[in-house]
Amino acid sequence: MKPDATRERTGPRVPPLARFLVRRVLLAVLMAWGITLVTFVLTNLVPGDPVAANLGQRALGDPAIVAQWRAEHGLDKPLWQQYVLHLQGLLHGDFGTSQQSHRPVADDLAEFVPATLELAGAAILVSLVLGVAFGVVAALRRDRLADHTLRVVSLIGISVPTFWLALMAFYVFFYRLQITPGSGRVDVALGMAPPVTGLQTVDALLAGRWDIFASAAGHLVTPALVLALYTIGLLTRFTRSAVLEVLGQDYVRAARAKGLPGRVILFRYVLRSALVPIITVAGLAFGSLLSGTVLVEAIFAWPGIGQYAYKSATTLDLPAVMGVGLVVGVVYLAINLVVDVLYGVIDPRVRLQ
Amino acid sequence: MRRASLLARLPEAWRQPLAVSGAVLAAVWLVVVLAAPLLAPHDPLAQDLPRLAPPGPGHWFGTDQLGRDVLSRVLYGARVSIPLTLLLVVLSVAIGGLLGACAGYFGRWADETIMRVADLVFAFPTVILAMVVAAALGASLANAVLAVLVVAWPSYARVTRGLVLGIREREFVLSGRLLGFSVWRSLRVDVLPNITGPVLVLATLDIGTALLLLSGLSFLGLGAKPPSPEWGAMVASGVEVFDSWWVATFPGLAILTVVLAFNFLGDTLRDALDPRTARAIKERAL
Repeated sequence: MKPDATRERTGPRVPPLARFLVRRVLLAVLMAWGITLVTFVLTNLVPGDPVAANLGQRALGDPAIVAQWRAEHGLDKPLWQQYVLHLQGLLHGDFGTSQQSHRPVADDLAEFVPATLELAGAAILVSLVLGVAFGVVAALRRDRLADHTLRVVSLIGISVPTFWLALMAFYVFFYRLQITPGSGRVDVALGMAPPVTGLQTVDALLAGRWDIFASAAGHLVTPALVLALYTIGLLTRFTRSAVLEVLGQDYVRAARAKGLPGRVILFRYVLRSALVPIITVAGLAFGSLLSGTVLVEAIFAWPGIGQYAYKSATTLDLPAVMGVGLVVGVVYLAINLVVDVLYGVIDPRVRLQ
Repeated sequence: MRRASLLARLPEAWRQPLAVSGAVLAAVWLVVVLAAPLLAPHDPLAQDLPRLAPPGPGHWFGTDQLGRDVLSRVLYGARVSIPLTLLLVVLSVAIGGLLGACAGYFGRWADETIMRVADLVFAFPTVILAMVVAAALGASLANAVLAVLVVAWPSYARVTRGLVLGIREREFVLSGRLLGFSVWRSLRVDVLPNITGPVLVLATLDIGTALLLLSGLSFLGLGAKPPSPEWGAMVASGVEVFDSWWVATFPGLAILTVVLAFNFLGDTLRDALDPRTARAIKERAL
């Protein structure tokens, strides 16, 4: 017998999971459109005149040159037309031309985004492993020394200014102790691995260059750890409260009463359900990591989107600023979409809401 | 009868070492804000000391590359950063709280509009959006405050909305309305006083975040302009001379201790709060 035959429902029969997925994806597309609107409006609120920022004194004196420059960049059309043009371009992968580097913004971004993703990816991995481990320990040792220590440590972790910590780490470990490599992604002498994914560690492995891999991984350690400190603190605190909440549930008490070993209770009963809120927070934490790269990349001369964002913001390079805002916003949106979907897959109750 | 010590007379939650150290740190910084001119050994802007002198007698935190006393600049910096951060949080609570209360109380299109705008702000990582806004407005401390405000209000809107939704249909609110309270009177008399507690806790926890963001913008050159003794900008100037470690180290420690003080206090406040409202704050996430 078909399972559907027993149901007496009107309307199309869409499985709840599929309906949930479709709704989430549509919402994400709507938000992405909203992001294009925000970046566009924001960059057009600029009181600073991009013409003045990009043309020399002599050219500014000549109305013909100014008019031509404005026409070239579409600045002579009404705002809404500029937005429609901008949106059309985006759909064709055209982010406009950087007014500073005179290169397509899409090319600039393609160059810088992988470096940032590698850094933020390494940092989120470290934060997940350490944050969840610390949180579990703190919850299991509630109100004992380990818990109190971890509470202070995680509070310090979310209180340290990232840019200052980056500088301190650079000074102590590179300049003084000379135990970490300096700035950049790999030793200049080794050169870069042939680009495939843009992630140096992965590309080096694909090319079978262990020397480059070691160098790239070494360069990654300090900035990734500095970046991760904040999210480690965050995840420790969330994991602790999530685990504590589950530990108080009846089924955990039942499992204990049955005499199951602590290891089984922890991994099969507690962590499994505590993981749901932890995943959500990890998605949000990734956003703060992307933010943090802006402050960390400057210190370690990491050639990523953070440095690019900063440079284009200070020179009022509108297309570049819009490009960065868009890409980071959309990456963040995509991560949160994945998290939401995972959430729905793990926990059936979420789909029904 | 023996008099209990001052510490022992405090409520349980406030006797923890965490709360005490938070309160002490905050008190020290409050004194510094008020008495900076009395405490500082030098003029924070005067460039009359030897350049890049390491910490020692006469200049305990060393001097920077322009021959200014780092200790005096750190002390005066408290007068720049701390009042601005507090103002920032007060404004975000006012704006976010009011919008969130309207969204929760009126529902329908007001709710949809306000919360969708809040969602949009949440769709960006904070520093990126604040940086774009600050750059768009032009680099100045006032604009940096405005930029942080733009990214900070939505979390209050969310929490306030949730809390208002929770009590909107309660009997005492409904009976107030039946007695003929206007919408605004009902909001002011019945609704707002019942949600201030959790919002205050959130605000305390947020002071640290706001200071980190504000000094981060200054570090990027999008906030305070030289020669202002702003801590983030001072760390940035220390980057140029990073082998003279003291130039950047002390302003960074100043930021760390202020943020730590408010995080310790906020954490204690949250523990002291009843679990139901604590949950509303927790769900605000980041």
